[in-house]
Amino acid sequence: MAAGSELTPSQYIEHHLAFFTKPIGDGPFWTLNVDSLIVSILLGIIGVGFIWWVVRGATSGVPNRRQAFVEVLIEFVDNQAKGVFQHGDRHRFIAPLALTVGLWVLLMNAMDFLPADIVGLLTHHVSEHGFRYVPTADVNTTFALSISVLVLSIYFAIAVKGFGGWLHELFFAPFGTHPLLIPANFLFQMVEYISKTLSHSLRLFGNMYAGEILFLLLWMLAATGMAGAIAGSVLALGWAIFHVLIVLLQAYIFMMLTIVYISMAHEHH
Amino acid sequence: MNLNLTLIAQAVTFAVFIWLTVKFIWPYMLRAIETRQKTIADGLAAAEQGRRTLELSTRQADEAIKEARARAAEILAQAEKRSAQVIEEARQTAKEEGGRELAAAKAEIEQAVTRAREELRDRVASLAVAGAEKILRREVDARAHADLLESIKRQL
Repeated sequence: MAAGSELTPSQYIEHHLAFFTKPIGDGPFWTLNVDSLIVSILLGIIGVGFIWWVVRGATSGVPNRRQAFVEVLIEFVDNQAKGVFQHGDRHRFIAPLALTVGLWVLLMNAMDFLPADIVGLLTHHVSEHGFRYVPTADVNTTFALSISVLVLSIYFAIAVKGFGGWLHELFFAPFGTHPLLIPANFLFQMVEYISKTLSHSLRLFGNMYAGEILFLLLWMLAATGMAGAIAGSVLALGWAIFHVLIVLLQAYIFMMLTIVYISMAHEHH
Repeated sequence: MNLNLTLIAQAVTFAVFIWLTVKFIWPYMLRAIETRQKTIADGLAAAEQGRRTLELSTRQADEAIKEARARAAEILAQAEKRSAQVIEEARQTAKEEGGRELAAAKAEIEQAVTRAREELRDRVASLAVAGAEKILRREVDARAHADLLESIKRQL
């Protein structure tokens, strides 16, 4: 802990939960969380780049271990997509989308395993105020993902059913085509879209944010002395092991929901 | 928890990564996997074909061996029959030959006996004639009593 002894617990937490922001305009909206952006772009480049690097040298003969690993990954994602999406050629968009989402979210989640204060030693050179290195513990990231999925599902709904078909569905489904039911239908559709998007992003955000906070609390315990350090380390190890499950599970859930939402957009009511 | 421009920046990043995956990763990997699957399927089919061919040729070979064995047995049986026949023929020939030779010997013996008897008869006749000659010396003219002598000779 760099300056831990001088900080009160709430200051410590606040310090670690502060974003490295850069205002680029007037108003609170026109700021960038540089930390989330840098880390997520780096992880995306690492993940997508790794797969691209393997795919570029891919052989249809006997694969080496690296290629076999990537193939297992791709086949896993493909199987998930195949199970849910039965509305056309999944290889054209939805399966690669699922791979991107799953891999990227997984890598971003996995950043939670890095020890906060050791990373802090490095990031203090970049930003003295704070550096959040778990992009999925930033609502901006999770909302960016879920809103992108929302936009994609609306796009596919229009592409499959036509704009008229989509509007028709918006006003005449799910309750019926009676004119009096139009407001109820529309309200229902809106609630569905909004709740899907909110739950999609907040589920991921909540899990990762909670994991981050719990680690911070344990590191605070570790700062109280020798006994605290031992207890904190043991508990943090336990939590990290449990957190492996959460990291994998949340990435998987996010990927699956992406497939499901886009598949649902293809369905006619 | 405050939403800001990061949202849009992240969405753009996301879109770029999706595009990269859709464009440059998925199709190539899928092609490699599918090509391999096809290769494996073809290989398995070829192996199956080879197995079937092997089975067929084994069966054919078995049949050929069986046929050859039957043929050999047949030839053997024929040869045995033939040899028995030859032996039988030889035995027959030998028997016939022996019979013939026996008959010839018998005939020869008979001939010899006849000849000896003839000779003996001649000798006895001539002895008798000589005896009679001695007795009758002058009286008996061999030429004049040829008939008589002949009849005597015949009675002997």
